[in-house]
Amino acid sequence: MSDLQSQDYVRRSASTLTPPSVRSHEDEVAKLIDVSRCIGCKACQSACMEWNDLRPEVGHFEGSYENPADLGPSVWTLMKFAEHENEQGNLEWLIRKDGCMHCEDPGCLKACPAPGAIVQYANGIVDFISDKCIGCGYCVKGCPFNIPRISKQDHKSYKCTLCSDRVSVGLEPACVKACPTGAIMFGSKTDMKHQAAERIEDLKSRGFDQAGLYDPPEVGGTHVMYVLHHADKPSLYSGLPDKPRISPVVGAWKGFIKPLAVAGIALAAVGAFFHWITAGPNEVTEEDEAEGERVLREADAHEPEKSP
Amino acid sequence: MTNTWQDIKNANLVIVMGGNAAEAHPCGFKWVIEAKIENGAKLVVVDPRFTRTASVADYYAPIRPGTDIAFLSGVIRYLLEQDAIQHQYVRAYTNASLVVKEGFAFENGLFSGYNEETHSYDRSSWDYELDEQGFAKSDDSWQHPRCVINLLRQHVSRYTPETVSRICGTPQDKFLHICGLIAATAAPDKAMTSLFALGWTQHSVGSQNIRTMAMIQLLLGNIGVAGGGMNALRGHSNIQGLTDVGLLSNLMPGYLNLPLDKETSLDEYMKTKQYKPLRPGQTSYWQNYRKFVVSLQKAIYGDAATQDNNWAYDWLPKLDVPMYDIIRAFEMMNNGQLTGYICQGFNPLQAFPDRGKIRRGLSKLKFLVTMDPLDTETSRFWQDFGPQNPARSAEIQTEVFQLPTTCFAEENGSLVNSARWLQWHWKAAEAPGEAMSDIWIMSGIFHRLRELYRKEGGAFPDPILNLTWKYTDPVEPDPEELAREMNGRALADLTDPATGAVLTKAGTLLDGFAQLRDDGTTASGCWIFSGSFTEKGNQMARRDATDPREQGIAPNWAWAWPANRRILYNRASADQDGKAWNPAKPIIEWNGSRWEGIDVPDYGPTVKPSDGVGPFIMNAEGMGRLFARDLMADGPFPEHYEPLESPVENVLHPKVRSNPVARVFASDRAAFGTPQHYPYVATTYRLTEHFHFWTKHALINAILQPEEFVEIGEVLAKEKGIEQGGWVKVSSKRGEVVCKAYVTKRIKPLLVDGKPTHVIGVPLHWGFTGQARKGYGANTLTPSVGDANTQTPEFKAFLVNVEKTGAPAA
Repeated sequence: MSDLQSQDYVRRSASTLTPPSVRSHEDEVAKLIDVSRCIGCKACQSACMEWNDLRPEVGHFEGSYENPADLGPSVWTLMKFAEHENEQGNLEWLIRKDGCMHCEDPGCLKACPAPGAIVQYANGIVDFISDKCIGCGYCVKGCPFNIPRISKQDHKSYKCTLCSDRVSVGLEPACVKACPTGAIMFGSKTDMKHQAAERIEDLKSRGFDQAGLYDPPEVGGTHVMYVLHHADKPSLYSGLPDKPRISPVVGAWKGFIKPLAVAGIALAAVGAFFHWITAGPNEVTEEDEAEGERVLREADAHEPEKSP
Repeated sequence: MTNTWQDIKNANLVIVMGGNAAEAHPCGFKWVIEAKIENGAKLVVVDPRFTRTASVADYYAPIRPGTDIAFLSGVIRYLLEQDAIQHQYVRAYTNASLVVKEGFAFENGLFSGYNEETHSYDRSSWDYELDEQGFAKSDDSWQHPRCVINLLRQHVSRYTPETVSRICGTPQDKFLHICGLIAATAAPDKAMTSLFALGWTQHSVGSQNIRTMAMIQLLLGNIGVAGGGMNALRGHSNIQGLTDVGLLSNLMPGYLNLPLDKETSLDEYMKTKQYKPLRPGQTSYWQNYRKFVVSLQKAIYGDAATQDNNWAYDWLPKLDVPMYDIIRAFEMMNNGQLTGYICQGFNPLQAFPDRGKIRRGLSKLKFLVTMDPLDTETSRFWQDFGPQNPARSAEIQTEVFQLPTTCFAEENGSLVNSARWLQWHWKAAEAPGEAMSDIWIMSGIFHRLRELYRKEGGAFPDPILNLTWKYTDPVEPDPEELAREMNGRALADLTDPATGAVLTKAGTLLDGFAQLRDDGTTASGCWIFSGSFTEKGNQMARRDATDPREQGIAPNWAWAWPANRRILYNRASADQDGKAWNPAKPIIEWNGSRWEGIDVPDYGPTVKPSDGVGPFIMNAEGMGRLFARDLMADGPFPEHYEPLESPVENVLHPKVRSNPVARVFASDRAAFGTPQHYPYVATTYRLTEHFHFWTKHALINAILQPEEFVEIGEVLAKEKGIEQGGWVKVSSKRGEVVCKAYVTKRIKPLLVDGKPTHVIGVPLHWGFTGQARKGYGANTLTPSVGDANTQTPEFKAFLVNVEKTGAPAA
């Protein structure tokens, strides 16, 4: 959404520039959503609209408490309600706040061809820099959680920023502040994992043997985590992916395009050779090359896998 | 609430029945979550629907709307059968041992004294047997067949688990599981809190719903203790304040009764309010009634209220009927007996039952004045909004004056929350447009009226001409000045009757109601608020969150009535010797010379435990009442009566199906439907996304829940061919609503007396003004029936039919 200090970046879309990473001393943050104490009141949705000044249309009733009906360019978070009958025949109403998961390994950022349109900060937040967005929709394809939405008004992609503007000045995200039951917590990822462990213990004592933390390793973990009563079946919660995967399309794209990118790097190396001849050595090129190889390896690693 | 919001965290068991706390009170519900997380509490929900509260509950059981008394009487039977009661507490602090006089009876659904013609009871047999000194007889051995505990045992014996299930549709195993959880809190160091709201009050047996749970709490020793109590979660930020200052048609401020026609003098009025102790040595605090009344009269009439004119008693209005509640007001409007209506901060066209009747009534008025910050439906009743308000404007002669007012954020003032806290708030913004404060408008009306009376005389000008109005700004009195008036002050030097020494100087703001006198030397506009604004300043404005023992008392945050006491009946948190029942969470204890602890004692601070003064000091016997004497209109024990519109007979007593003393006008009775035509049970309620009919005027809330719908179970939907999100027509004998259907697993058919019974949920938020989509309003369907004691309408249980249909014309 907003372009903060570039020194905050640890990743930047479609860029071979190495982020400076000077803020690597910063704690990685996380939002922890304890669905077992969420009452689905939508205060988070309301606060998100207030803080980010978003007003989607007044919609219609469409057969559930979910309103608006879907995430959108002006709907960055959405309560999802799933009626689930368990093995004992008892009803569970599983309510989950949906929105960007802020993956450690963000599929959107990987898929994005616009330089610097998607960035990841040292604190882990993945942010869209709107003025660099070209509206191609690759981030939508790249996201394993089906989160970003393209605006029909300005053809830019939008999603939850984890209130990067608030977090950068030491405030919690707006949804966290508004949550009346403390179901949404925010802090360092380490602290949030400790919090989650306590909650999971309590849930297990109440008969939820499969209670656990949702922090999927398939995307390197996420900076938005859930405490689930049924961590063995995340998909019960309105289709939260059991095993989120970055779409193979992104992998294929990387596989196809990356050799060209590497050829470009090689060309640059040739150019650099002449540069070296004329102006002396330039160390950045080597780092770029290493980064190119790393991305390539990762793309290969993802290629054989299928999306859920 | 007997207790506080924060105190909920001390509970071991939270039972939400007759309410939907997570949905309607999401902010306060944090304390339930706190109880679960920090205190290992279990949350139980009993509700016709699987609600948002149920979604975070440990245990849920369904119940048919309007059958809570059967369920809870079954719980009482279980507790007595299993002997799962807090014996010491019950024996010492309740009227279980007292003997009821001969002549009291209950047969075939009726208590003794019923008069079929007047639909009311002669309650004289509903009382104790008195000894020669006028004290109630007691049998501590519980052998006397007419002692309260034995009468209760006999009364609830019919409510077996089979019968409960047959009436309520709750599966027996679920009912018994909940009984077991409740019974566990009979341990002296365990507490259950009961959180309820309009799901209990909005019934023809509303007051008795609450009473039944209160009796359970007494049997378990859960009243007065941390984490216990009867906690009414009020449906509006200041509805507690509304009742406190007497904005009910039969009350004056501080729950003093408005006089009746037959009470022609102050002494006559006071005769029924002597509250002589019914057991030796009891406090019976209402003995001070006269002090509160005289001080109120001094606040209203100032110097014009004198000993000689009986403190201006004759200027008070007198009731010729039990009360002029809203149901009666609209009946009179429809009959042409009430032709002018000032409607302040109220939207009856949305809020009161049988919308058609409300619209017809408003159409017959000569004038209607509305005072509201919002463009209410009531203000626009005359305008054609299509099927949602099909008014024929040309035929309506009512002159409507729509006066826009400030809202709470645009003025200074106080709100009284559910926990009886008076919290001062400060103006945050200027009001838009022509909006003026209610105080400015009411003052203006008063001054013009007084001028007319001065000029023209009139039949009875005295009550208006003598009103005292000595405010610094008579045009718009300052809220702080009004608050000081409610607190009260000494009008003369108050002296010690024994020594003659001056205790309080004339003109001083009072510290509390204990200083009030009945000789005209004190004034107080609302005795229970006395202490809220003292010489130390505005106590309501205090914001010190310090909380000794972190037990949810926070005595220096705002101010709670009475006397800044946070937990009512807190003497009952300690045993007869003054030691806390639960040593981990004491409230007050006897330290050898006085009562000390984290709260203001609800008791004489130096009264020794050995004196045997009961903890329920407002009651004449000093005890909690398992037998209500003559204080309830419909019986000293609760009894299951079917809602006025019900799909089944009353299996306990078919001849007396519904509450025999419920408020029903003949014209309303004619508008009741039968199960043949209206086979489904409907209930109305709020959703989290909206606050009544206000927030549909706010864009964000309109986005979050944009359009009217009803909730229908999957089984019924399939039977009727209703699709998810499809259009349905829901009709009662009184009107119809065309809206979308939410087909849900959260409402299951209930097996009631062997027959599957379907429940339809009708959220109530949509109308025809504001930013959300237009709706018909749930009150289009609801019957005009009043609870026997409070006249609260029966919004929670009535009959409808439902059919698949197409979209209404735009």
